[in-house]
Amino acid sequence: MNLFGNAVPWRSIAKEALERTAIVTRFLCLLHVTNTYICTPTLVYGPSMLPTLNLTGDVLLAERVSHRLGKVRPGDVVLVRSPVDPRKSLTKRVVAMGGDKVTFVVDPRNSDRVRTITVPRGHVWIQGDNIYASRDSRQFGAVPYGLVEGKILCRCILMCIVASIVCIKRTPCSPMQVWPLDGFGLLHH
Amino acid sequence: MGTRSLLWDITKKYLTVGLVGLTISDRYASIVSIRGSSMSPAFNPGSDTNDYVLLEKFCLDKYRFSDGDVVVFSSPNNHKEKHIKRIRALPGDWIETPNLDVLKVPEGHFWVEGDNSVSSLDSRSFGPIPLGLIRGRVTHIVWPPKRMDRVERETNQRLSPIQDRPKFY
Repeated sequence: MNLFGNAVPWRSIAKEALERTAIVTRFLCLLHVTNTYICTPTLVYGPSMLPTLNLTGDVLLAERVSHRLGKVRPGDVVLVRSPVDPRKSLTKRVVAMGGDKVTFVVDPRNSDRVRTITVPRGHVWIQGDNIYASRDSRQFGAVPYGLVEGKILCRCILMCIVASIVCIKRTPCSPMQVWPLDGFGLLHH
Repeated sequence: MGTRSLLWDITKKYLTVGLVGLTISDRYASIVSIRGSSMSPAFNPGSDTNDYVLLEKFCLDKYRFSDGDVVVFSSPNNHKEKHIKRIRALPGDWIETPNLDVLKVPEGHFWVEGDNSVSSLDSRSFGPIPLGLIRGRVTHIVWPPKRMDRVERETNQRLSPIQDRPKFY
């Protein structure tokens, strides 16, 4: 049997494979563009945003349009790349923008000492809602606006149920970490 | 009906090319132009043309950089501007500031300086910068053709890390 004879249509197989790859590539590019420029779901867990967000995990929808237009305001919950470890993202609330004065309790577990700082221009001051268990601007200072990656819109309740059913590896008692579901459906650390 | 489907086909093609191009320039590599002379003579040695360089984004996966890499980052004072400078110190290194203070670069941050220190706004004015602001690493100059070349890492002898200095006590 001659493999390269008329029996096996190599050209049409190759053509179809190429077409299918093109469709998959286009879909993945569309997914990447949507996740980077429009909105993306993220999985967050940790104690630093209690009672707003769950300790054991929440799936949130983060929109990625308004921070590019400069429309982040005090009171927004934002997705921020950590200034301490650039591979992690944090979810915190914006308390003050550049130019504002912010007054905060430095270490609420041990003392009542309060400090007031002026946030430098082009930076934001982020704090977790649960100030007793949150590593935020009180420890690492004001964060440049360029590290803000998105604004949290809402919680996806259905996805929370799915996420709690699927077994996801996580470290207990770690500071608030976000595992973004990137465009290709993989959970990063 | 023929023109409408033709128009739709053309739109689909442009949209596809746009999406693929955007994905590639976000994730893999892009070409940017350099303005200003803060990195002379490595980039823009004369004031007549601007250099175009290839920016690679594979480094943003693990954030592993070396001393002497040329990187593009968003400015900490204004997120809309991007700057291009050379890394001079990595997290944990000690660096000497212009005030003759000695500063340890915090974890997750790095210290950048322009090659042309006279006309360069860099970490000597705004301090160490978080690694999350980096947008890519420069690997090659692609235009003008007579300057097409690989961009090498250059460690500067003048500002060596403190542990190499002789100690006088």
